Amino acid sequence: MKNEIRPALVLLLAFTLITGLIYPALVTGIAQLAFPRQAEGSLILRNGKPVGSTLIGQNFAAPKYFWSRPSATEPMPYNAAAGSGSNLGPLNPALAEAVKARIDALRASDPHQNAPIPVDLVTSSASGLDPHISPAAAAWQAPRVANARKLPLEQVQALIAQHTQKRQWGVLGEPRVNVLELNLALDALPHAKN
Amino acid sequence: MTGNAFIQAGLYIVTLLVLAWPLGIYMARVFEGRPPVFMRWLRPVERGLYRLAGVKEDEMGWLRYAGALLLFNVAGLLAVYALQRLQAWLPLNPQHFGNVPPDLAFNTAASFATNTNWQSYSGESTLSYLTQMLGLTVQNFVSAASGIAVLLALIRGFTRRETDTLGNFWVDLTRATLYVLLPLSLLLSLALVEQGVVQTFSPYKEAARIEAIAYDEPMLDAQGQPQLDADGKPETRHAEATTQTLALGPAASQIAIKQLGTNGGGFFGANSAHPYENPTPLSNFLEMLAILLIPAALCVTFGRMLHDDRQGVAILAAMTIVLAALMAVCIWAEQAGNPGFTQAGLATTASDMQPGGNMEGKETRFGIVNSAIWATATTAASNGSVNAMHDSFTPLGGLAPMWLMQLGEVIFGGVGSGLYGMIVFALVAVFIAGLMIGRTPEYLGKKIESFEIKMAAVVLLAPAAAALIGAAIAVLVDAGAGAVANPGAHGFSEILYAFSSAANNNGSAFAGLNTNNFFYNLTLGLAMLIARYWVIVLVLAIAASLAAKKIVPVSNGTLPTHGPMFVALLISTVVIVGALTFLPALALGPIAEQLQMLAH
Repeated sequence: MKNEIRPALVLLLAFTLITGLIYPALVTGIAQLAFPRQAEGSLILRNGKPVGSTLIGQNFAAPKYFWSRPSATEPMPYNAAAGSGSNLGPLNPALAEAVKARIDALRASDPHQNAPIPVDLVTSSASGLDPHISPAAAAWQAPRVANARKLPLEQVQALIAQHTQKRQWGVLGEPRVNVLELNLALDALPHAKN
Repeated sequence: MTGNAFIQAGLYIVTLLVLAWPLGIYMARVFEGRPPVFMRWLRPVERGLYRLAGVKEDEMGWLRYAGALLLFNVAGLLAVYALQRLQAWLPLNPQHFGNVPPDLAFNTAASFATNTNWQSYSGESTLSYLTQMLGLTVQNFVSAASGIAVLLALIRGFTRRETDTLGNFWVDLTRATLYVLLPLSLLLSLALVEQGVVQTFSPYKEAARIEAIAYDEPMLDAQGQPQLDADGKPETRHAEATTQTLALGPAASQIAIKQLGTNGGGFFGANSAHPYENPTPLSNFLEMLAILLIPAALCVTFGRMLHDDRQGVAILAAMTIVLAALMAVCIWAEQAGNPGFTQAGLATTASDMQPGGNMEGKETRFGIVNSAIWATATTAASNGSVNAMHDSFTPLGGLAPMWLMQLGEVIFGGVGSGLYGMIVFALVAVFIAGLMIGRTPEYLGKKIESFEIKMAAVVLLAPAAAALIGAAIAVLVDAGAGAVANPGAHGFSEILYAFSSAANNNGSAFAGLNTNNFFYNLTLGLAMLIARYWVIVLVLAIAASLAAKKIVPVSNGTLPTHGPMFVALLISTVVIVGALTFLPALALGPIAEQLQMLAH
């Protein structure tokens, strides 16, 4: 056993340098050269200042914005320094209560919208940072947003269509709409009456 | 299941098997010391490491092999512990995190050294970039390489005859790291960055929120502890957040090896559900492939090194069949969803407009299908990373991943450890078949006798005992039972899942359970250590016993171990042992909860 102490310590040190220092540094170097935007968090800049990331959702509560999915992060929703899910079990009464409150809030936001609410719009995401909603969840909110902004419904629907991502390569994942990008596009509309 | 579910699940399994074949052949060449021409430039590096470390590349007996492995793992465990305890004073700590408390540091060190990657902490609020890299990334590599080394020793037990040596641990460890894990991780990490995974040493960034948000901020006292009011409740004050803090870090390099090495420990707390760890459906597909790639390929390597590819294919077939069956159960259960959601009048039917089903704790880009494929892949392998919160799965949807762990992490399993576990099951299977037909059992030309079967029984029972006894203790003491986040049967499932995960070195969680306390950090840490090293030492003992035997020529009485009959026998053995051991416990958790859900 005594003969194995030197290999154990030297190899641990060597692999610490190779896999713990050289490898991450090499990946960082190549990434910063080849994909600098992604490596730094896919930030959205406005006048040189970050207003969010295309990959990280934000919370919206005003009627003129599309609302993101509920977020269970603490102490405020969409806390990107501490992503987390609710971890509520399917039969937990707290889940049923939370979902009911979200349904009530959505119904109150647009009493004329009678279609069933898509389930993703009232359930909290795994990370609490989900940047997307389903195209159905966007379509459900379109009349409210159009109304609040005094825009024709068709224009809002066209904007949703523009911001809908299909399944990657037509196969992978799910169709989805990036809420932050969609809301920024709404704000950028020339006729927007904020 | 919708048409797209079949396409995505099918595409995943087919791509996995197609990639496993060439990688398996490549690994066989590497481990036999004749890497292909395009990798020979690494030979000087390899030899240099041996010279530096005083490795003589000589043959080791099983005790020396086990001793070297344990020594190396203990040194690694201490290094990770020390890094966490000292990180406040070390560089690359842009968020100025304090030192990690001793019980959490022990749990994390045990967790990463044993290839479990159970996490009682959230990376973005606990660990410095230096700890993540020098501590965790390194163990991600070498714990996986240690698993491969044990597998190679066991394979040599079959290929060698009448010898008492099993190879050289240092050589196996070095080759697995340099020729297999490092190049694959480099490729995968760059592909992930291209898709949007972060890779930077910059501190966290502040982004302006489009809409400010009012919230209740917990008040902290001078020591940074929550301030309590007269009733013992945490005091809060109204606050408004106008910015969003974006946690960053050198994530891609760690995520690549976390998947490839069946480690599973997330750079961020939300693991692969976090958009910075897994931003797109394509990154998700690549990471899911990486989870099972090496365990699948090692089956091919196994066949190659035995000079009988059919033996590896038979084991790979058994693993794939069980995986596909439980994947189907999980997708079906999650798509069927939560009856409460349907009763509340929500739209829950899957279409091209929405994923439907049980979307609590799932990400929109992954939907139901990719969350369920991932959940079964990550628990079939002893990976344990998650892209959806298993705690919020439906009872049957959560049973599938829990049972995959309880089967002993042999359906693909950990890198190296899954296959050596499955080979132990194969020994038991041929033993049972031998009893039925009244012949001395043989496997791969070696007589299986009472020593091997005794060792095999302990190998199979140690993790199961650790899981069940651990869960039983946790239920009995306040510190254990008080940590559950959900009432009723689901709360028991949280505890059972935690110990099944730790005792099989998986690392995934029903994450509502609050495990960052002394009781769970200690008990889960011990369960991880027992499960990993107890099994490793006994597997090496079996390898030594096999290596000492003659090779029996194939005769009419030999049970062929490469056909559908053997595949069925192997699957039955794994499933029956797993079902008999855990059915009573599962009945109290997910099965009881499923019945409650139906009664709703």
